[in-house]
Formats: sequence, C-alpha cells, structure tokens
Amino acid sequence: MSVPILLVVTLAMFALGAASPFDPAARYLGDSVGNATTEDLERIRHNIGADQPFYVQWWNWLTHAVTGDLGDSLSQHQPVLAVISERLGWTLLLVTVAFVVTMALSLVTGALAAIRHGGWFDRAVTTLAYAFEAVPVFWLSLAMIWLFSLTLRWFPAGGVSDVRTGALSFGGVLSHLVMPAVALAVSQVPWFVLYVKQSVRTAMAEDYVVGARARGLRERTVLVGHVVRGALLPFITLVGSRFPELITGAVLVETTFSWPGVAAATTEAGVALDFPLLAALTTLATAVVLLGNLLADVVYAFADPRVVTG
Amino acid sequence: MKFWTSVSIVVVAVLAALVVPALADLDQRLVDLDLVLQPPSWQHLFGTDALGRDVLLRCVYGMRVSLLVGLAAGVCSSLIGTAAGALAGTWGGRVDQLVCRVIDGTSAVPQLLLGILLVALFRPSVTAVVVAVALTHWMVTARIVRVEVMSLRARPFVDAAISGGASRSWVLARHFLPNVFPHAALATTLMVPHAIWHESALSFLGLGLPPHLASLGTMMDDGRRALFSGAWWVSLAPGLFILIPTLAVSGLAGVLRDRVEHRRRSAELAW
Repeated sequence: MSVPILLVVTLAMFALGAASPFDPAARYLGDSVGNATTEDLERIRHNIGADQPFYVQWWNWLTHAVTGDLGDSLSQHQPVLAVISERLGWTLLLVTVAFVVTMALSLVTGALAAIRHGGWFDRAVTTLAYAFEAVPVFWLSLAMIWLFSLTLRWFPAGGVSDVRTGALSFGGVLSHLVMPAVALAVSQVPWFVLYVKQSVRTAMAEDYVVGARARGLRERTVLVGHVVRGALLPFITLVGSRFPELITGAVLVETTFSWPGVAAATTEAGVALDFPLLAALTTLATAVVLLGNLLADVVYAFADPRVVTG
Repeated sequence: MKFWTSVSIVVVAVLAALVVPALADLDQRLVDLDLVLQPPSWQHLFGTDALGRDVLLRCVYGMRVSLLVGLAAGVCSSLIGTAAGALAGTWGGRVDQLVCRVIDGTSAVPQLLLGILLVALFRPSVTAVVVAVALTHWMVTARIVRVEVMSLRARPFVDAAISGGASRSWVLARHFLPNVFPHAALATTLMVPHAIWHESALSFLGLGLPPHLASLGTMMDDGRRALFSGAWWVSLAPGLFILIPTLAVSGLAGVLRDRVEHRRRSAELAW
C-alpha cells in the first residue's frame, strides 16, 4: 500500500515541477544566464532532460533513484545522495534524543496528572499543555536562544562544532544538542501529555482495573501493572502517526539552530530552488511518514495479541 | 465565560487588524533610521525594528495580512474538503475509493514540506502561500464531511427523497450540503489558526510571503536576525500576536464543537 502512494506522490511532485514558472536551464546556469543564447538554453534543457514531458523525467529519475543515483544537488554542488548521507546522522541524533525526552516527560506527567485528576498538578499540567500547544516552535526556539545563549551564555546558539576551532568533540556536540532537542521535545510534549492523560483516565475506568482493586491489590501494582499497561496500547499506535508533526518540528528547529541535518537542508533546498534535492528530501520524508504508519500497525499487533494481522 | 473571553479576543484582534491601519496615519513602511532597534518604551511599546519601524504597529498590519491569508486558506481548504468529502460520500464505490486514496497520499507528505515545495516552485507570494496551505489542509474537512454524508445517507428523509425520484445531485444539494454545513464551518474556524501558523512558519523560513510584506511570519524572520544584535523585542510581539488569537480560537472551537455535538445528539434523540 505504501509503495503506490510513494510513486504517486513523486509523480505529482514532478508534475508540479513541470508546472512551475522557473526554467530549469536558467537555474542550472545560475548567474551566467545573462550570457547564454536561446540555443544554449535549448541545448542545456535537452542535456538535462528538461525538454521532455514530466512523466518521462519522473520515470528517468525513478529508474536512476532505484540504483542509488538521485541526481546532483544544484545548491550544494555534490550528489544528492552524498548530501543526504552526510546529514542524515545529525537529524537522527537530534530527533531520537528529542523523541526519548518527549516520551519520558509525557508518560510521567500525563500519568501523574490522570491519577490525581482535578488536582493542582493536573490543572497546572493541562493549562501548560494547552498554552504550549499554541506556542509556535520557531518562536520558542528564538526565546531559548535569547535566554540561554545570548543572555545566560549556557549553551551555544547554533551549529554543532566549536566556533573558534571548528572542531567536533563529544562534549561540544552535546552542548550544541541540548537546545534544539529541548525545543523539539517541548513542541511535541503538549499533545502527548494530553493524550496520555486521556488514555490513562480511560484505562482507570476499565473493568479489569476495578477488578484488580476489588481483589485488594496494592495501588502501585494496579497503577503500573494494569492502568499504565492498558493505556500504553492506544498510545503507541499514535506515536507512529505523529511522524509528520515531528518532521515539521525538525525542519523549523534545525533551521533556527543551524543544525546541519537533512531537515534544515530542506529549507536550504527550497530557498535555492534546488529541485533534485527537494524532491529527494520530500520523498524521504513521505517514506518516513508511511513507515511510521506501518510501524504503528505492526507494534499494535505485537502488543495486543487480539489483533489479527493479515 | 470561556466562550465570551475567546469571542472578545477574536473580535478585538479582527477589529484591530481592520481599524488600526485605517486610523494610524503612520505608514508602517515609515522608516526612521534614527530609531533603529530601540528597546520598548512608552513611545514604542514593543520597541522598534532594524529599520526603526514601530513593532507593535507593524504587528497590527502584519496580523491583518496573516488573518486574510489564514481566512482565505481556511475557506479554500474547506471548499476543497467539502467537495471531495461530499463527492466520496454521495457517490461511494469507486469514487469513494479514489478520493480516499488521494486523501491518504496527500496526508503522507508532511504539510510543511509540501508547502516548501509549492512556494519554492511558484515563487513566494500571497497566492502561493494560500494555495500551499489550502492544498495541505483540506483532508481533515474531507474526512469529516465524507463520514457525515455517509451517515446522512442512511436517514429516512434521504430514502424518502430518493424514492420520490430525486437525483443524486438534488439530494446532495438539498439534503447533504445543508446538513454538513455546520461541520464544514466549524472545520474552517479551526483551520484559520492552523493556516496562520503555517503562513508564519513558511515566512519564517524565508519561503512564505515576500519579505517586504509585513506578516507575523516575515516579522518573526526579521526578529531572528535582530535577536543577534541583542534586540529580543522584535520577535516578542509577533509571537504574542500568533499565540493569543490561536489560544482564543482553539478555546472557541472547543465550545463550538461541544455545541454542534450536542445539537446533533439532541436531534438524533428527538428523532
């Protein structure tokens, strides 16, 4: 199911590219376009295949992509695959750390808020979650840069390497990682907290929880063994479906903090109208979203034996 | 109480965006290089930006642009969504399958990336941003309308109309559309803050509205650059101008959703 969607999405992308008012030949030449004659432009168009209909261009791109050749990036002056493989690790690092922080924070606070439903902690968490859900992540990032980098000087404002030497070190990367990871996590936590709270509250009303209490089990055993376990199931299925929001957050956070990942490369490719890179990154992101959906289904079937796969 | 607080914030925001630019004689493009990056003071409550323009005044201008873009994108996405959803729900079968596949496909592309792609390919402009936001946000409305139409199809008044010889288009126009209207309208209201957020995100990345056009997003982009000159106030006000109306609209949407649900439930009970 995912593969046809991916094919149609890439085809649609090439159709959009063909409908675009930009001339790929002029884009290819860059600043020297003023010196080129009409014949030159025609020849370049022919050489890069831009004179063919979009579905032919798409087919050529696809058949090359299968062999690992995604074309050359116009703005980075190297193969698209090299750009992606160079930057993907940074994005994975950032997103994984942010995701682990998000999970830990939202599971603990969401469950605590649900257990003491209506208490001061619950009210504070819910209010904060609604407020932070409306805070644009780029604004949050700017506020963090101002407070922690420019005013308190605790963490560097962007990049990954040491400003003076340009060297990469473990401690250096770690201190550069803190702010983007926290910003990305804080942008994801509100939704997860509200969701965990809701599913824990639903689980607390289940018969098996009432039954466990009636059997006189310890409160802690009931909460950890019955409530949280029951609430985790609907929760994990939604984790995979939050990948689009995570990618959106990563694009904004990486760009704001000049993090050298693939998400920031998307912005750069967009600004520079680097279609080969943009097409590859959009395809990659779409594949990740589809993979997230698939993962959610698989994990769900794994965690709940009642679900029949097939 | 929550309802009226939200309503008044929205009304004040819309009125300010409409009235202030007409009243304030000061052109927001008025550049005063003697007043570059002034911190907040009584003359300039939120300070001045890198070209000496009053941030608060420019924000009110910016909000007008953002509101217009948000409203236009919200209405466009609702129109596309309602059309797709009604088509799928009324005709069913192959049409339904096709629409569902398109919804799945579009939902799989992260919205911001599709937005970046569209704006990059078609030059930053108001139209490009509105189209980008509309094309990435219509799926929610389509899903809601589709399900709603399908549940309407099972109701006796629709059976009555069809057995009375009504065509599908007639049933669609006279029975389905009026009934899904509240849902579509609610979806539009909910979409506006999303669209404003989206516009700001794209403009912030330099892939939204043209930089000379004051919108909350382009101002935020200015604010990022000013931040490193130590001017935190340039990005403060645009953020608040996105945040507060968003909170108000989501509060409002919550109340409206309860009412629509309630009305539907009582309608079902009465029936």
